[in-house]
Amino acid sequence: MGASDTNVMGKSVRRKEDYRFLTGAGQYTDDVNPDRHTHAYFLRSPHAHARIRGIDTSRAKAAPGVVAVCTSADLEGVNGLPCGWLITGTDGKPMNEPPHPVLAKGKVRHVGDPVAMVVAETPNQAKDASELIDVDYEVLPAVVNCVDALKRGAPQIHDEAPGNKCYTWALGDKAAVDAAFAKAAHVSKLDIVNNRLIPNAIEPRAAVASYDRAADGYTLYVASQNPHVERLLMTAFVLGLPEHKVRVIAPDVGGGFGSKIYLYAEETAMVWASKRVGRPIKWTAERSESFVSDAHGRDHVTRAELAMDKDGRFLAMRVHTTANMGAYLSTFASCIPTILYATLLAGQYTTPAIYCEVTAAFTNTVPVDAYRGAGRPEATYVVERLVHQAGVDMKLPQDEIRRRNFIRSFPHQTPVALTYDTGGYDACLDEAMRLADVKGFAARKAEAAKRGKLRGIGYSSYIEACGLAPSNIAGALGARAGLFEAGEVRVHPTGSVTVFTGSHSHGQGHETTFAQVVASRLGIPVENVDVVHGDTGRVPFGMGTYGSRSLAVGGTAIVKALDKIVAKGRKIAAHLLEAAESDIEFADGKFTVSGTDRSKTFGEVALTAYVPHNYPLDKLEPGLNETAFYDPTNFTFPAGTHVCEVEVDPDTGVVEVVAFSACDDFGNIVNPMIVEGQVHGGLTQGLGQALLENCVYDAESGQLLSGTYMDYAMPRADDVPSFNVGTKVTPCTHNPLGAKGCGEAGAIGAPAAMMNAVHDALAAVGVTYIDMPASPHRVWRAIQAARA
Amino acid sequence: MYAFELHKAKSVADAAALIAKTGGKALAGGQSLVGAMKLRLAQPGALVDLSGIAELRGIRREGGAVIVGAMTRHAEVAASADVKAAIPALVALAEGIGDRQVRNMGTLGGAIAHADPAADWPAAVLGLGATVITSKGRHAADGFFKGLYETALAGDELVTAVSFPVPRKAAYAKFRNPASRFALVGVFVAQAGDGAVRVAVTGATATPFRCAPLEAALAKSFTADAAKAAKVSANGLSGDLHASPEYRAHLIPVLAARAVASL
Ligand SMILES: Cc1cc2nc3c(=O)[nH]c(=O)nc-3n(C[C@H](O)[C@H](O)[C@H](O)COP(=O)(O)OP(=O)(O)OC[C@H]3O[C@@H](n4cnc5c(N)ncnc54)[C@H](O)[C@@H]3O)c2cc1C
Repeated sequence: MGASDTNVMGKSVRRKEDYRFLTGAGQYTDDVNPDRHTHAYFLRSPHAHARIRGIDTSRAKAAPGVVAVCTSADLEGVNGLPCGWLITGTDGKPMNEPPHPVLAKGKVRHVGDPVAMVVAETPNQAKDASELIDVDYEVLPAVVNCVDALKRGAPQIHDEAPGNKCYTWALGDKAAVDAAFAKAAHVSKLDIVNNRLIPNAIEPRAAVASYDRAADGYTLYVASQNPHVERLLMTAFVLGLPEHKVRVIAPDVGGGFGSKIYLYAEETAMVWASKRVGRPIKWTAERSESFVSDAHGRDHVTRAELAMDKDGRFLAMRVHTTANMGAYLSTFASCIPTILYATLLAGQYTTPAIYCEVTAAFTNTVPVDAYRGAGRPEATYVVERLVHQAGVDMKLPQDEIRRRNFIRSFPHQTPVALTYDTGGYDACLDEAMRLADVKGFAARKAEAAKRGKLRGIGYSSYIEACGLAPSNIAGALGARAGLFEAGEVRVHPTGSVTVFTGSHSHGQGHETTFAQVVASRLGIPVENVDVVHGDTGRVPFGMGTYGSRSLAVGGTAIVKALDKIVAKGRKIAAHLLEAAESDIEFADGKFTVSGTDRSKTFGEVALTAYVPHNYPLDKLEPGLNETAFYDPTNFTFPAGTHVCEVEVDPDTGVVEVVAFSACDDFGNIVNPMIVEGQVHGGLTQGLGQALLENCVYDAESGQLLSGTYMDYAMPRADDVPSFNVGTKVTPCTHNPLGAKGCGEAGAIGAPAAMMNAVHDALAAVGVTYIDMPASPHRVWRAIQAARA
Repeated sequence: MYAFELHKAKSVADAAALIAKTGGKALAGGQSLVGAMKLRLAQPGALVDLSGIAELRGIRREGGAVIVGAMTRHAEVAASADVKAAIPALVALAEGIGDRQVRNMGTLGGAIAHADPAADWPAAVLGLGATVITSKGRHAADGFFKGLYETALAGDELVTAVSFPVPRKAAYAKFRNPASRFALVGVFVAQAGDGAVRVAVTGATATPFRCAPLEAALAKSFTADAAKAAKVSANGLSGDLHASPEYRAHLIPVLAARAVASL
């Protein structure tokens, strides 16, 4: 379609940003090279757990090219890194929140914990000098597994967290659940490990910090998903700097997946040091450094039980989860296995009673926080693996057990605090089954058997809560920040538009999607709209991009600003057309006196606003520039069904995903091509978790064994099938775009569908349970064990 | 990476002299060496670049053998019509190494001198009973690979070429490590012109080895069934995140059978 078309809603407009990305003109943090800049290198702990008896930096300070060496002793007046969410435990007490020093103080608590920062003329000089820092470590026993960490006698990681416990938290009516279990006709049970993942954005974390003496202000370029939040946390909680003296710019960012939401130690230390050093400081993580310093994802150990009546109707669900927090609380760590997890355990089902108890533990591992899906993949995995097991136990077809329990009337209040506004679960299931040609499965399975392969099919009917979040609800649940979004629409005198959004694009294509929203509402060509994001110096405010919130919340803030633009434009047009304001209609880029052919174009009105010669100056300010903040009234609830087909080679244990069909309901869709791309990416990450990725620490030494791509298996293009995707639409009822969000759905729904397919295939050889990732070795072992 | 000197050698003799003089290392495709240097695991003070030495490149048929120069890139082997006609198994092996970028840079000489326990080329060298030709003489395949990253080469000895005898039949089956895509286990089976069978295994231990039970089984009957029925002991095989010794022991006959079945 032609981009100059103004009727662009729902159309696959080519991504405006791709020209710059594909021609190498993107501007990433590592492309920022201020004059006279220096380079930072972080010396990291080689031990999982050790006391620091002393640090001698004298040799490093004398090394060639060294400008400064800092340790925690130098960081006077610098506080620890904060956690943005307070969880209150079942005991009524706040969670244990041990300090998270910017540079290790007294102790190191995971391999990769930063101990010192070296600033030098070149990256190599900084790194060379770091090898001259003498750290006297007293190595302590380490614990990496969250269940082990809670056992009596486990090594103590923080004095402030006895027994390594962060909190025990619960949601739901325990008594009602226990009563339902007592009268259940059948109970299905699973013990589930949700494997720990290491995020791997193509662009590693990077930062450039500088201090301007003339302005007495700081500028930080950082690969971040939410520059305003980064600034707020860094200035108000850690460095004590005036917020208006710090400008944070997150320029082009090459992927985040959650790992770039957080305030990290590195950029904080660099901002602090930039004034002392008097020169800009730059740092770009090496890949092996990212593995031990970017917040990891998932890492749950769960026992889940589902009570049913004799017909397979769900009566109650009981879930006990132990969640690994890592060595320190990362920015949003505490809310992931609680608020974003337990609340999703109703899934798409009418289950009347649910009780979930979560214990979070500290371990000698990298901090764990949100990773694409954040809590919701873990919840979906529990629910959909359990529903699969229930189908097997009750001898019901997998679609039938789901249909017997689907929610069909909306709004629906779940027993775990959420109110689903709308949905259409049968429609997605039907369409996914059609896309998957479920009818032909038996024939395909028989044909595969002739080739010696075990073929299986698996379903996952997932739901997620997106559009984070109503600030008052989040606040009541412990959030220490608001979760609204801001947008500013600046109409230029000639009618073109610059939009400033607090959402951030690090691959999602907001520069196109948001421009489509603006172009279609104002009736102007999409190329007349530019979207600016990621700069606290230009954008009024922002909470950033995560939790599939950008269109539903950030897009709505823009719509609210557009409403103000149109309202003011109507006043200007009424004046120009000498008509009553109430008689002015705005459509297709024109203000028209209703019932007449008298009109003014949007461009004419814009020009008048800035050249107010004939203008009601006594009643109206000139200019056409509006800002809006939008705080959602509810979460949005994208949902859908994924159907996966696998073939297992019993000789080698290799699982091949031979077909994958997904039907998702994301509400209204602005750009189908972008949405499909988001789904493909999410499904691929889901496949990574289900079949390939596994973060493994040595249980004794606490060393990261999967510390490079030699051992950490990322999905590659030839690992994934050609995805079969479709959508169904029930528009979100509480935002004007009717949008729900699509960024995480793939990663949320896919793992359960894949693992259910693997279980279906392996049932033929007697395997009843296997954890992710279903690697060849693990599958082969399960087959051997079942045969023995 | 630490600082180092870079020398460009003009001939094999020049390269050997430079290495002896500087105590440095030969630089071939850099696909193993440069990575190790970036991680600061290797820190040679000098590198001697072999890429300008014409005599180290190229593939030729000589009597009953295919001779591949040490600086021949994996991609060149994969694209060679001569190799395809004589020993198609080598084409398949070279095509299965790493990715396009790695194949365009990595060399046969570098691969066997490096002797990574999970590398593919050592399986072919051992499986075909090839001869490693060096700046100092010749090495038979048996005995060339001595241990983890260890070969029979002296410190200043350069591989110049490998002579692969043309077999009656040969095939390579590789089971890729899901993360690195090196060989978790790779099995090279060959039946020589005189009917003798050799089976070489890479990826399963610190050094590639010839697998006696498979050689015996295939000497009796060169069939997939015979291979699959062979029993390989897990004793002494490597265990790691991706495979236990038992799993590797199981995969060896499975892969040998697949290699034979592909012929
Ligand atoms: C991403 C990636 C994936 C890979 N996948 C695979 C795979 O699937 N299978 C596989 O087998 N390999 C794989 N490799 C390794 C690759 O094949 C390398 O090319 C090979 O191991 C080394 O060859 P090189 O020419 O790059 O040698 P270099 O890295 O230059 O040198 C390696 C070592 O050999 C020495 N050396 C080089 N040439 C000579 C010579 N002529 N005489 C004496 N010593 C010499 C060097 O001094 C050095 O010690 C992969 C590498 C990468 C980076």
